[in-house]
Amino acid sequence: MAELRTEEMVLNMGPQHPSTHGVLRVELVVDGEVVVDAIPHIGYLHRCFEKHAEVMSYQQIVPYCDRMDYLGSMNNDHAYVLGVEKLLNIQVPERVEYIRVIMAEFQRIASHLVSVGTYGLDIGAFTPFLFCFRDREMILDLFEMTCGARLLYNYMWPGGLSHDLPPGFVEKARAFIKHFRPAIKELNELLSYNEIFVKRTANVGVLPADIAINYGASGPTLRGSGVKWDLRKCEPYSVYDKFNWDIVVGTGEMGTLGDCWDRYMVKVWEMEQSLRIIEQALDTLPEGDVHAAIPKRVRPPVGEVYVRSESPRGELAYYIVSDGSQKPYRVKGRAPSFSNLSLLPEISRGYLIADMIAIIGSVDITLGDVDR
Amino acid sequence: MNANEIHDRIKDHFPEGVVEFKSEAAVDPFIVVRPELIRDIASFISSDPDLKFDYLMSLSGMDFNDGNLGVVYHLFSMEKRHRIVLKAKLPKGEAQIPSVESIWKSANWHEREAFDLFGIVFQGHPDLRRILLPDDWEGHPLRKDYKAQEYYRGMKVPY
Repeated sequence: MAELRTEEMVLNMGPQHPSTHGVLRVELVVDGEVVVDAIPHIGYLHRCFEKHAEVMSYQQIVPYCDRMDYLGSMNNDHAYVLGVEKLLNIQVPERVEYIRVIMAEFQRIASHLVSVGTYGLDIGAFTPFLFCFRDREMILDLFEMTCGARLLYNYMWPGGLSHDLPPGFVEKARAFIKHFRPAIKELNELLSYNEIFVKRTANVGVLPADIAINYGASGPTLRGSGVKWDLRKCEPYSVYDKFNWDIVVGTGEMGTLGDCWDRYMVKVWEMEQSLRIIEQALDTLPEGDVHAAIPKRVRPPVGEVYVRSESPRGELAYYIVSDGSQKPYRVKGRAPSFSNLSLLPEISRGYLIADMIAIIGSVDITLGDVDR
Repeated sequence: MNANEIHDRIKDHFPEGVVEFKSEAAVDPFIVVRPELIRDIASFISSDPDLKFDYLMSLSGMDFNDGNLGVVYHLFSMEKRHRIVLKAKLPKGEAQIPSVESIWKSANWHEREAFDLFGIVFQGHPDLRRILLPDDWEGHPLRKDYKAQEYYRGMKVPY
């Protein structure tokens, strides 16, 4: 049997396959059922973010940032406004930064819930997906009561926020935390340590740390390989240095360090850490006027800034070049999903076609983020 | 290391390679280097024990609007925890620069993006194709003198 001559075959996965998390096409070269190469083809969701940014004022770009990674809109806005504020050299009231952190962490949980839920769905577990979406709805309700939108917020503005926290927000947020801690436990029992789930994800798609760094991977994809690297801790921005929390990394608990299960589990543990940050921020929330520092006209001096932040998917950065006018000369979005997806061939070779679903899901990409 | 020390270290090894250094640049300091030497410089700064730039955060194309295109490299060292920005200027008519894909794999897609949107050719890149736009798109949209094509496969483009 071993000497049986086989021929390589090219197989298209996507662009509409339900488990590709958006419109992604992967060209698979297979030998029997074994993947020899996987070439991602992207661009189906390209919306010319950088071209649009050339003709718009700094404030007008915020809603476009929302749409980059549409599961992590708050985080996108956060990075962008931090960049503009750095260019303008303005200080925002502390309350603004606290609220931003609360929103960003809620968004991280919401984003991880989608990622974790759909990952179970990919692998054949339907129920956890419903549980995850039920909990995510509660977070979206919090966003809705704050700024009126559920998905794309335009909430953070250069210099401030569109609205202060509404009455009752803090109580509702605390109620969510109380509900969600046990829900994580439930999720672990239902999915994370489920034997079938572990068999499908452990020892699959192993990503060594040095390859991850060389490919510019970041976020849970990098931490899954055991690299203790989180921008919120390692290069603290906003007010993240005021809170007490831990970076979670993969440990190879179920199989090999850096496998799909590790990347998945990092996200689950991270939700717990986000809860810790939100709790502390709610406890110490300072008073202040969230509109006080919003400039009437945003006109940064000539200069450029590269501002990085930790989005749910990794290092989200904006490279903003100002020529001194009211419109940026150039805005480049450095999307975490873009770099993370580029290493897909590296972690697919040698695995089975069925494993591809588990591998793509574990990298956790948003195609809006990849294609911009 | 701070930007000044990093600059001195590169300058020691490539006295000809450094064109300009702005340590007082608003917000981020940067070093302008000679484009033809970029791969040698990249290879040096990624392996030098004092610099160890192992993480290419971002690679951006640029149109400086003075007849030059450019490439901007945002580099970081996971081990040393320092960062630097390298820039290379290329004349618009002949926008070519050696690829750094062999040093940082993350450059692969970023260089394809710069090729796609700016038309910068990266010499020695293993797979230089358009990445975000369709293969048969005309022109490079982020150049400041870009004019959108009239029709794309029978569809009117400017709206």
